[in-house]
This record gives sequence, structure tokens and C-alpha cells, in this order.
Amino acid sequence: MLKIALAGIDRLFAAIAASKKLYLPIENAGEVEFSEYSEGAKVRLDALQTVKSAKDAFFPFTENMMQFHTDGKNISVEAAKRVDEDFVVFGVRACDARSFSILDKVFLADPPDSFYAARRAHGIIVGLACHRPEETCFCTNFGIDPTKPETDVTAWIEDGVLYWEAQTEKGKALTEEISAFLEASDEKAVEEQRERTKKILERLPLANLDLSYFKTHPELEIFKRPEWKELSSHCLGCGTCTFVCPTCQCYDIRDYNTGHGIVRYRCWDSCMYSDFTLMAAVNSRKSQVERFRQRFMHKLVYNPINHEGEFGCVGCGRCLRKCPISMNIVKVAKTLGGEQA
Amino acid sequence: MRDIREKLLKKIHELFDAGVVDRVVGWKAGEFCYDVTPALFNAGNIDEILYDAFCGPNQSKFLVKGAEGGEKKILALLKPCDTYSYNQLITEHRIDPEKIYALGIPCTGMVDINKIRALGISGILGIEEDGENLKIETLYGTESCKKADVLLERCLVCKGKNHVAGDELLIPDEEAPEVPKCAERMTEVEKLEAMSPEERFNWWRSQLSKCIRCNACRNACPACTCRTCVFDNPSSGVSAKVNTNDFEENMFHIIRAFHVAGRCTDCGECSRVCPQNIPLHLLNRKFIKDIDEFYGEYQAGAEPNVRGPLISYTEQDVEPSIVMTRG
Ligand code: SF4
Ligand code: SF4
Ligand code: SF4
Ligand code: SF4
Repeated sequence: MLKIALAGIDRLFAAIAASKKLYLPIENAGEVEFSEYSEGAKVRLDALQTVKSAKDAFFPFTENMMQFHTDGKNISVEAAKRVDEDFVVFGVRACDARSFSILDKVFLADPPDSFYAARRAHGIIVGLACHRPEETCFCTNFGIDPTKPETDVTAWIEDGVLYWEAQTEKGKALTEEISAFLEASDEKAVEEQRERTKKILERLPLANLDLSYFKTHPELEIFKRPEWKELSSHCLGCGTCTFVCPTCQCYDIRDYNTGHGIVRYRCWDSCMYSDFTLMAAVNSRKSQVERFRQRFMHKLVYNPINHEGEFGCVGCGRCLRKCPISMNIVKVAKTLGGEQA
Repeated sequence: MRDIREKLLKKIHELFDAGVVDRVVGWKAGEFCYDVTPALFNAGNIDEILYDAFCGPNQSKFLVKGAEGGEKKILALLKPCDTYSYNQLITEHRIDPEKIYALGIPCTGMVDINKIRALGISGILGIEEDGENLKIETLYGTESCKKADVLLERCLVCKGKNHVAGDELLIPDEEAPEVPKCAERMTEVEKLEAMSPEERFNWWRSQLSKCIRCNACRNACPACTCRTCVFDNPSSGVSAKVNTNDFEENMFHIIRAFHVAGRCTDCGECSRVCPQNIPLHLLNRKFIKDIDEFYGEYQAGAEPNVRGPLISYTEQDVEPSIVMTRG
């Protein structure tokens, strides 16, 4: 285990940023998001979560895929460059870290998504352990250990010191590069923090969600439950729950006319939107009940069916905090049968 | 609030028993003390209806679709500020008051959970009103804060305890508690006006750069009730999703603010629901301030079926570009 005093952490950031792009939880206009580090940025490692999840670093909110230029009768097509340099995402919590493995199963399945694959290959993730979870956190239900994120490097902050431990080859290589800033440490402070956090985790109000219903009952039975109507009755059909969710993965591909050509880009899409899948033909889900049901069926039923029992939720609690009408995956799960004996 | 809720439940039972209504738009308790969900109730579950300091959501827009389809009237529970939106929806023929029974309910100010969190209070397990303060139980100990410091933006500039619409009042407005006004409505707008154009531009660009195009602001807004929004129309050339060009992106807000100008009642739902805490209400308030200055004081929704200043021409109307140079 290594360590560095938080007071001098900016020097570490500057050192990493000198050779690589560095993404950190940075405050802008009052809210914290993973953004590229620059000197003087308001880094907020104390913020438990960003509004958008860390998936933004691998599957960005919007990204260009290609450009078309017209010159008289000629059209030239220029593909967007895939990321080809290493970058670091620093401060990823265990819930967001797990979401990458859920996204991988979709984006890296054959044929792999080359934009995402390039970022995954070049991204080095520094995880940050949680020691002050929110009441909305329920990651432990998915076998996630918030005291030790599954990342290339794991970091803990305790008493003004950042502790650092490489977990993978990528993590070791990064540690090597910045070793001048780190000094050796024992594991006492980290072990104590982990023990303390584990006690808090047991007291979280959502620590013991029973989701077995969704794995033991037939898909169609769950699909046909009459409660979907009531659960969705006030849903605004906004995209908040999908856009803050670390595991939501749908995107749209659109063209933007620059006046001198076309930029083809992809952007996050939401199954809650009326124009979802319109590019394919139609949106087969005509009403909000159907759209609402789709989002939660995907997380709780289809994902486990398609991916060896793994739920499409990491329990980050973002949808619990951000839905304008406070409807969310926990309420859905409990209403439909999460609380079964 | 506890006695108000008891009174309210009694009244709702009466209205069901008398056969006036057969369903009611109310609030349902959540997992925590604050995550109240708006919901539709019927005769069987009236007693589950909650009314406390977290019943902020403005329910009037729900009536656009909620009022359709029932056998009897639908019961709407309207806080004083909700009645302005209700009137505006009647004016725009988006709801039919014949299908609704509107009960005015008193309010003592609604709490914004995000403001409590912004004070650094985390792991919230319970919140109790204790006079002017809130006592907050958390995973990390007991905290407290002043209720006035954590009210929803709209409550800081409350339009007052009077209801401006409705079929009946739960208690007469005169007997209702006064809602303390905590801020001047235009203070923040004036601060923006005092900025240089460049500063102001950068301020808005920075705020709007946070937008994730979730459309919660639009979808929650009682003035945004177009059957198909231009941003949802695939042939319009604009889209409801994020663009690759961030200026194009910001235009969404400008277009929306223009479209609700003169119709926005300043209910504050847009800012309440924004996951990025963008102070969208300030765009709308700037329009309200300008309209007031150009055409005289006007409050959208204060009465039903009036023509607002932007859609009624008189020869005395000022020419905005003459009385005000852009700066
Ligand atoms: S569940 Fe909530 S966040 Fe999701 S679309 Fe509906 S209103 Fe929006
Ligand atoms: S469904 Fe909600 S709690 Fe689960 S991962 Fe997505 S945002 Fe987080
Ligand atoms: S859900 Fe778990 S990993 Fe995520 S922030 Fe909360 S405690 Fe940490
Ligand atoms: S609610 Fe906020 S984040 Fe969502 S579209 Fe509106 S301004 Fe953007």
C-alpha cells in the first residue's frame, strides 16, 4: 500500500495530466461531473457521486462518429478517430466501476463497438472507496463491495491522506509512472475504515432488497402484472432515470448539418422517449406504461436472462434521487414482489 | 400539517360518499420520508394519501390526461400556487373544469430535499418539523436546519395563501396560516441584468452546459402541454436529445422560454425537477419582469380565460425595441 497527503494531491493530478488526459469529479456551476482536469479545477473527491455516472468517460453523452464534406459534386467521408492514447478516470465509486462490466457485455460482444472498445482499452480507472454512503445506496445487494472498488487502482481517503493500491497490470504501470509522489504505508488506516464502513452498510435502509422474484417467475407473468399501470401513472416520460443511470446503454445516431457538411454523431437515447427506435421504423411502445415497463423489465428481468443472472442495476441510487416524481427501481421492485419472504 | 391531513382525508371521504368524485390525484409515501410520489387513488385507498412538507410536485398538469376517462369527476388537490397553473390550463383549453372537482388545500411551504443535502447533510433517515426548524435523523447522527433555508425556490417567493381557482376550499383562505415570504422574486434576475453581456452569456453557458437533455423541465411544465412538442417531432429538424454542437444544445432552453413567455405562472416546477439544478426559472422570470415593465403588472393564471399581454394587441402597446435597447 502507498499513500500521499491530500494537501499535495494537486501535484499528483498535474503529474498525471502532463502525460495523459485525466478525468475527475469536478464541480461546475454547483454540480459535480467527471470532467477533464485542468489547473485550478474544483476537484471534488469528497462528492459521493456525480450526476451523470462515470460511464460518460467510456460511452459519452454525445460523440462524433464521422463527418461528410461536400465540395462541388464530391462528397468525402471522414471517420472520427478512435481514442488511441491512454487516459485516467480518477475517483470512480464501486457502483460505477461495476457498471463497466455490465456495459462491456453489450458493447464488447461480437461485433464490438470500436468507439467503446478503444476507450476501454486505453482507460485506466482509479477507484475510490466509499466511507459515507447515502441512504439511497443499495450496491451491496448486487455483490458490490463499496470499500474496495473493482478498478485498476483502488484509493481510500482517510484523515487527509489518500491511500493507493494497484490492482491490475494497468494500475501497476500507472503507479510506476507516478511513484515519485507516493510513499509506502501500512494498511492499518484502510482496514479500519473498511471495517467501519461495513457496519454502516449493514444499517442502510435498502441493504436487504429481495429481488429473487424477478429470477424465479416467468418473464411473461411479470410483464403482465397489472401494477405497471399504477406505477407509471405519473411518469413524465423524461429521460432523467436513463441518463443518470450507469448501466443504461441505448443511443441514437443523428446527423447535424453544420452548413458546410454533416456531422454524424451518436447520443444517449432513452426508452422513456416517444421517438425511441424511430430510426429503425416505429416506436412499438405507444404508451408511457409500455415504455416505463420496458426500462424496469430490462434491468430486472431481461438483463438477468441474457447475462447469466446479472441484474442491469448496480444500486447506485441515482434514479432514486433524481426522478422528478420519485418513482424508481426500488419502488418497482418492492411493488412487484421484491419483499417476498 | 398533521391536522390538515386529517381534515383533508375526512373531506375526501365525504366527496366520494356523496358521489361527486370517483378518483383523486394525491401523494403517496415513498421509501424514505421525502420521496413522495404523485399518484392516483380511488375509494379503496384514500387513507394512504399523504400531505406533508414534501408534497411539492405541482399536480395540475396531470389533469390534462387524468381528467379523461372516468365516470365521475376527478378530485384535484390544489395548493395555492397550483391554482394559478390550473387557471392557465383552463384558459388554454387543456383541461375541462367540468370534469374536475378542485379542492383548494392550505400549504405552509414545501421542502426541497436537495437543499438539505446541499448543506452537507447525508444519509437522511427521517425528518421532523420542529417549529421553525427541521430535525433530521441521519446515518451519521442528528442534524437540524431552518425550514426557511431549505424551502423550494417557488416557496421562497410564495404568491400567498389565497387560492385563485377551485370548487371548494378545505379551510377558508383567511383562516389558513400565512406563508412567510423569504425572498424578493426579482432579486436574482436583477443580479443577472447587472452583469455585462459577456458575463451573463458565460454564466448561462456554464449553467446550461450541465444540461443532460432529459426534458424533465419541459415534461413537468404545466405550460408545456403541446400534444407533440416540436422537439419530439422527427420532421422538425430539431431533436429532444443532446446535439453534437453545444450552442445548438443551449437553444432548446431559449426556445422553450420564449414559448412559455406570458403563459408561465412562475410555478418553479422546471427548476424543481432539473437533475442538474439549473435555475431555469430565472429565464422565465426575466420574461415576466419585462412583460410587467412593458405592459403593466401581469400574473399568468391569476384568473381564467383572460388574454395575456403577449396575445392581445392594443394601440397603446409599447414597442419593446424602442423603450429598451438591448444590452
Ligand atoms: S421514472 Fe421518473 S425519471 Fe424516469 S422517465 Fe418517469 S418521471 Fe422521468
Ligand atoms: S437503475 Fe437506478 S439505482 Fe440502478 S444503476 Fe440505474 S440509476 Fe442506479
Ligand atoms: S451505491 Fe455503493 S458504491 Fe455507489 S456510492 Fe453508494 S456506497 Fe458507494
Ligand atoms: S430538466 Fe435540467 S437537465 Fe433536464 S432538460 Fe431540463 S434543463 Fe436540461
